[in-house]
Amino acid sequence: MSVSSEQKVEQAPEGHAPHAAPAARGGGTSWWKDEAQEPLRRNLGLVGVLLALFAIGAFIRPDLYSNADWVINNIMVILTQAAAIGVVTVGMTFVIIGGGIDLSVGALIALSGVWATTLATQSFGAAGMIFTAIAVGIGAGLVNGALVAYGRLVPFIATLAMLVAARGLAAQISGKQTQISNDMFINSIAKERILGIPLLAIILLVVAGLGWVLLNRTTFGRRTVAIGGNAEAARLAGINVRGHTMLLYALSGLCCGIAAIMLTSLATSSQAAAAELYELDAIAAAIIGGTLLSGGRGTIVGSLFGVIVFSAITNLFAIANLPTEVQNMVKGAIIVVAVLLQQVRFSSVTQFARRHGLTRAKPQT
Amino acid sequence: MNEQPAGAAAANTGEVVLRLSDVVKTFPGVRALDGVELEVRAGEVHCLLGQNGAGKSTLIKVLAGVHRPDSGDVQWLGEQVAFSGPQAAMKAGIATIYQELDLVDYLTVAENVYLGHEPRSLGFVHKGQAARQARELLGRLGHGEIPPHRLVKSLPAAGKQIVSMARALSHSAKLIIMDEPSAVLAHDEVGNLFRIIRELTAQGIAVVYISHRLEEIREIGDRVTVLKDGRTSAVNLPARTTPTRDLVSRMTGRSIEYVFPPRPDTEPGEKLLEVRGLGRSGEFAGVDLDVHSGEIVGIAGLVGSGRSELLETVFGARQAEAGTVVMDGRGLPPGNVAAAVRAGLGMAPEERKSQALLLGQPIYRNMTLTNFSTYATAGFTDTGKEQAEAMRVADQLELRPRDVRRAVRTLSGGNQQKVVVGRWLLGGTRLLLLDEPTRGVDVGARAELYQVIRDLAANGVGVLLVSSEVPEVLGLSDRVLVMREGRVVRTAPATELSEEDVLDLVMAGSLTAATTEEVAA
Repeated sequence: MSVSSEQKVEQAPEGHAPHAAPAARGGGTSWWKDEAQEPLRRNLGLVGVLLALFAIGAFIRPDLYSNADWVINNIMVILTQAAAIGVVTVGMTFVIIGGGIDLSVGALIALSGVWATTLATQSFGAAGMIFTAIAVGIGAGLVNGALVAYGRLVPFIATLAMLVAARGLAAQISGKQTQISNDMFINSIAKERILGIPLLAIILLVVAGLGWVLLNRTTFGRRTVAIGGNAEAARLAGINVRGHTMLLYALSGLCCGIAAIMLTSLATSSQAAAAELYELDAIAAAIIGGTLLSGGRGTIVGSLFGVIVFSAITNLFAIANLPTEVQNMVKGAIIVVAVLLQQVRFSSVTQFARRHGLTRAKPQT
Repeated sequence: MNEQPAGAAAANTGEVVLRLSDVVKTFPGVRALDGVELEVRAGEVHCLLGQNGAGKSTLIKVLAGVHRPDSGDVQWLGEQVAFSGPQAAMKAGIATIYQELDLVDYLTVAENVYLGHEPRSLGFVHKGQAARQARELLGRLGHGEIPPHRLVKSLPAAGKQIVSMARALSHSAKLIIMDEPSAVLAHDEVGNLFRIIRELTAQGIAVVYISHRLEEIREIGDRVTVLKDGRTSAVNLPARTTPTRDLVSRMTGRSIEYVFPPRPDTEPGEKLLEVRGLGRSGEFAGVDLDVHSGEIVGIAGLVGSGRSELLETVFGARQAEAGTVVMDGRGLPPGNVAAAVRAGLGMAPEERKSQALLLGQPIYRNMTLTNFSTYATAGFTDTGKEQAEAMRVADQLELRPRDVRRAVRTLSGGNQQKVVVGRWLLGGTRLLLLDEPTRGVDVGARAELYQVIRDLAANGVGVLLVSSEVPEVLGLSDRVLVMREGRVVRTAPATELSEEDVLDLVMAGSLTAATTEEVAA
């Protein structure tokens, strides 16, 4: 990434070169300064935001929040509403950590959903519909991946083109009509609860759990972080960067296919205009969850919290009977604040530490 | 001010333009400058010497107005000053040419020269005037041939440096600070740089010159100030006559410069690598070379001689257009890094930070970047085992710090290079390609790296290394290949070649060789 030197010169007087930041030190420092603990701090912050939203809700509608059954049910509503977008965000987090971006997720959900609900597909039953949605998602994701990895297109452009084209194809297939799902199994997914927890929320938690394991415990995850952190270094270490990039977009497509089934079940129908602007919500959720837009860093748990925070805000505005316009403004503000916090962290923490004599000798220069 | 430099009488005739006394600058957890003295006279080339981390960069930034000192005096043209920022220092006549040149790639030469102070009226930029003036400044620097309307992006590194200097002149700078200007230049271009510096000083401009290369300081410098651990350990030494031993000992507290480990008496083992007729159009052609087990083969050549490109092609990072690369008797597919790695090749590339390291990641993850999947079970990584293995190699390489969970960003250049070498050790590499292994590595850590490389060879690893520094190629290698303009012009045991021989070979036939020798004479 080329940073113009003008910027460098402007930044430097405030503090110091980034590599000199004590916050970048490894073990032996307290958790609130240690760079490695940054995700934990952020997640605690997001939990704090959720608690704050809860408190605001309780303040506005004490009548509702005094009822424990209602509160538990409301939490389930929040999780259900977060489910489809959350699944997409898990895929998006992988793509962004791997140094890319996927603008086509909303369009791919629409395409997968429409393809899975054509009369021809529905004749194969629920399994056929699920298979179709997932296959279409993966297939379109592979096209994205091929354009980025082998066509050398910038991810923004490649997936923007896919966004436009997939919406077009979805409109073509559906004839711009809303396609009703007649499959009882598919339609029941959104209504099903297991041990009182909505099945959609369980699907989200399972996908997020698998995503967490994939990112943190497998060679696939290690490759993702390496490629996003420094693609050239990964290539010269013998990692198949192009092949892996393909897989990342396919993974995002897979998540879109799953989300398409979830949304189809919720609406008992599909249409070409479904999941409008999901790409922006997913990117925003990943970013407030601490995923670096330049790649190489991010967490699944953070993204999950990001999605739930957004969902909780929507829920709160509905409860308080406030207009969605204000809600969108608040969401915009939250994105800005989250990113500002990320930037301010280093200088403010180190200045605070210096003032209070909390830093020790620099270990290695 | 205390000693009269014998070989630099001219320098002392100039008046003092800059005087620093007892300058202190601290950052959280480190005293970067801890009482620095500096005196620069008009028309002199004042050299700053010091190891990495000695405080040179911080000192430059204090002079450039980027950092404000915590305490101490900065006197500029006889007045005490405290620059509010880089613009203020620039206005006062102090220009800084950083190592990473601060030019805007997609602006023209003229636009870069006058960036921020374009000749204008009523808010409109006089493009023609800017171009004319820029041409004039470039002419003053002896480079009137650089067209002012060219995009800076299309210029070579040396050309960009000239543009930076033209920018300094456009601000009527009285002091130009150059941070390792020769690092990006080939040998013949350094001669040209020196000619420009001499012309600048003849006009009364003072130059503060930072370099790791002692021979350059001898050639261009008038006086030397040595920094060590944020303090000045010597001020105003005569650049030409101070013995190397003294300079090095003041930088390091040691009195050695390069120490190369002794060559073993044993004969090299079986042939590992066989390259025949390798070529890429416009880069190099018809290269034959062999590397045996336990042997260190060095490639000497100028930047642009095709040496780095050759190394990358052997490794598969560039696709060969002609010829074959054979490892252990088996041909490697061209342009396939993964296959080369599987066959036992490893490379430490020239740009460590951008080509080799994940700076924000822990040491152990950087070390296991090539082979983390070999510790994995069914795709699940085993970080415990990775850390243990990384720790073992860290001990072997005497990596500091030992804590392999620390981010690589916090390590010094020498230790970062050890991480890259350690990566290939862990990967079981039997043929290591090293491109500029000691670039940005300070003198003390160099000796350690040399020992590491020699130890690798003693354990049967074959090493193919490229370096801009001829003494390094000669001192470290068993056999030396000299490259010129994409061809191997000489292959000989290192002991049969002298530094002068190699320099003759790499420069013979190049158009600028004559001027370089003139300057050196």
